[in-house]
Amino acid sequence: MSSQLERNFVEMTGRMTKNEAMEEANRCLYCYDAPCITACPTSIQIPNFIKKIASSNMKGSALTIMDANPIGASCARVCPTEILCEGACVLNSSTKPIKIGQLQRYATDWAMETDVELFKKGEPNGYKVAIVGSGPAGLSAARELSRFGYSVTIFEAEAKAGGLNTYGIVSFRLPNEVADWEVAQVEKLGVEIKTNTRVGVDISAEDILTQYDSVIVAVGMGSVPNLGIEGEELEGVHDAIEFVKRTKMGVLTEDLIGKRVAVIGAGNTAIDGATCAVRLGAEQVDILYRRTEKEMTAYQYEYEFAKQDGVGFKWLTAPKRIIGDEAGKVTGLECVKMKLGEAGADGRQRPEAIEGSEFIIEVDAVIKAIGQTRFVPLIEAFGLQHTNGVVDIDETTMQTSNAKVFACGDVVFGNGQGEAMVVTAAQQGKNAANIIHERFKKQSGNA
Amino acid sequence: MADLRIDLAGIKSPNPFWLASAPPTNSGYQVQRAFEAGWGGAVWKTLGEPILNVSSRFAAVSFNGQRVAGFNNIELITDRPLEINLNEILETKKRFPNHAIIASLMVEPQQEKWHEIVKKVEAVGVDGLELNFGCPHGMAERGMGSASGQVPELVEKQTYWVKEVARTPVIVKLTPNITDITMTAEAAVRGGADAVSMINTINSLAGVDLDTWNTVPHVGGKGAHGGYCGPAVKPIALNMVAECARNPLVNVPISGIGGISNWQDAAEFMLMGATGVQVCTAAMHHGFSIVEDMIDGLNNYLDDKGIASVMDLVGQSVQRYSNWGDLDLNYNIVAQINNDVCINCNKCHIACEDTSHQCIDLYTESGRPMLKVREQDCVGCNLCAIVCPVDGAISMIEKKSTIPPMTWNERQSLISNFTR
Repeated sequence: MSSQLERNFVEMTGRMTKNEAMEEANRCLYCYDAPCITACPTSIQIPNFIKKIASSNMKGSALTIMDANPIGASCARVCPTEILCEGACVLNSSTKPIKIGQLQRYATDWAMETDVELFKKGEPNGYKVAIVGSGPAGLSAARELSRFGYSVTIFEAEAKAGGLNTYGIVSFRLPNEVADWEVAQVEKLGVEIKTNTRVGVDISAEDILTQYDSVIVAVGMGSVPNLGIEGEELEGVHDAIEFVKRTKMGVLTEDLIGKRVAVIGAGNTAIDGATCAVRLGAEQVDILYRRTEKEMTAYQYEYEFAKQDGVGFKWLTAPKRIIGDEAGKVTGLECVKMKLGEAGADGRQRPEAIEGSEFIIEVDAVIKAIGQTRFVPLIEAFGLQHTNGVVDIDETTMQTSNAKVFACGDVVFGNGQGEAMVVTAAQQGKNAANIIHERFKKQSGNA
Repeated sequence: MADLRIDLAGIKSPNPFWLASAPPTNSGYQVQRAFEAGWGGAVWKTLGEPILNVSSRFAAVSFNGQRVAGFNNIELITDRPLEINLNEILETKKRFPNHAIIASLMVEPQQEKWHEIVKKVEAVGVDGLELNFGCPHGMAERGMGSASGQVPELVEKQTYWVKEVARTPVIVKLTPNITDITMTAEAAVRGGADAVSMINTINSLAGVDLDTWNTVPHVGGKGAHGGYCGPAVKPIALNMVAECARNPLVNVPISGIGGISNWQDAAEFMLMGATGVQVCTAAMHHGFSIVEDMIDGLNNYLDDKGIASVMDLVGQSVQRYSNWGDLDLNYNIVAQINNDVCINCNKCHIACEDTSHQCIDLYTESGRPMLKVREQDCVGCNLCAIVCPVDGAISMIEKKSTIPPMTWNERQSLISNFTR
């Protein structure tokens, strides 16, 4: 059975064959001032990398991608391309858009398999940068800084580097070896990644601030907050982030086989939790959302994907109480029907409970996916100004309230600031690295 | 249903589509399969002293993923004994009496050799002869094929020898590996040719293997030039047909050959003066069945145009083909861009900006990217319309001139009158 579960977590989308890639690459018009480049947060020179596939210049193609985006292999798989590059492709107006994501994967897969050296460490300039967090933003910043010649140290609390790509994106979309390869690319440039090193526990923020010339905080976000209802301590209640993380670590337990699962929330993480539960053998998986289909924050393709996986959606439904048995195991969930009322401060209609509409569904597990907590103590340990745990930055320089500290990635996303996509985190990491480098050049008179 | 029958210098066939003398017409089996598929005629693979061939023989050029944009071969004439070929011609002609079988011939440039082979092939009932003065590789090194075809005197003399004994129409197949094909076409006519066919293949080397540095194709690590054909050569062939068609000294029918892949190509060759066409590469790429659409498409085209017989197409565009000095210097066209159809790939802009006359501007109108031609700077070169991937986005529009037409030749003669 476990081998069946393993198969369930194998990457779903196959790689293009050489013929498919060639045919698709030759379809690209090679636009001038191509809108796909503008639509890519990391501004990959897309027509160029595609032209290079067509001319069998695979190294050049992979380099074009990875140069602009240090996690270009992951982004080939996880980017919402239909709202980015592919959505901007001019062929949407005539035939059908180029499969840019698939071609990007084809080129980066080639680089992974040949293990070709794409980049070299820069001449050491004697300047030291600490990066906290090794996710998309931190890795990207580290890669760029190392190429510029900085001595870079990343502090990573987890056992493996890679952050979201290593622990948070479901394996059937992003296999571990892709994230591992991207981490290895950065390590090969001489970046030291101190894993199992939690800032505030294993090293203090003050020590980092004094030992390094610049600091980049790219810690992302934390676990799912509590629902604040009765029964959250019961066995069978999961945090979606932790739930996905276990599958990423290869822990495919059989305890959900044939079971009924309720997922609370309707963002992309909820979809991840629900589809992982399906793949762990759950017989019935339902997503409960207190608003409607229209307000859900999951990408359209994630929503479609979940529906194809057989995930059910219960709109305007909120959990009220988790019910357990004497052994402390989840047996049910009391829900209440909701309706949308007046618009709140964020402009969205507030859901309101319909009195007397309570009902109970029988479930064996509950997966919480109602957002993520912030690493407020860590942010405060660095003395950074923040708004509800979202680090305040100058969006053009990524600089925080401390001139030597920069922040990027999910730690700056929220309250209308930043973007939640992996690819934007990568670009923010590049931006932070560029700003640090520009300032260094100015200081050292090399500008 | 239009009448697709043609009569080329007395050779009749049910439609204008013949297989050219080449690998597809190597045997009776193949030619009979071709006739079953619908081909109107076949020029049998060149007969002569059976030769030895090498392996490998073919290579092709792909362009942006499109296979067989051009095709190259170093195969020689038939490698089978003459008697076997003659028996198969006889048998094929019996099965398909209304289809045209033309024997392609190549022997050493000696009168008695030509007389001998002409008599033999006519005895089995061929409808015509085609003298292979075009094959550029191998046979040319032995003084035959294009080695003969590049010398007008040899073309004339050998045609004359054939005509001394031939009772069926004689077509002379010309090589394009010559500066001016009308010179050899005229020589063939002087020798008594009933028709000319063109073009044979163009000297070529398909490529070099970037891993082994061998030629493509190679024979055990060594290569030799081959003959180039396929879609890439069509414009070269079409020009040569047209130049012969408008030359009053080449006053015989033309059988058009060179990159013809579909009925449209065939119609173009016929409008430019060919009475029928010969096809090889397209059949080698796709098999004999492609003739079905050639016939069907040509028929529908003729019906749409209200033309009763395909023979009515022949030469209709010849008088429109002229010398540069006869073109109107005051005729003007300019590009116009339809922004409703345009998909904003900007290929027209960058093509014009980098490589033509810098007259297509990019601008934004209510947030939408747009393109516009500065007509006063547009020279009507067509480049933008050529690179545009969307039909109807760019049109070339005539700008009525305020001054009367004037060609370069008229202008020069006016100037010389004035200064005399």
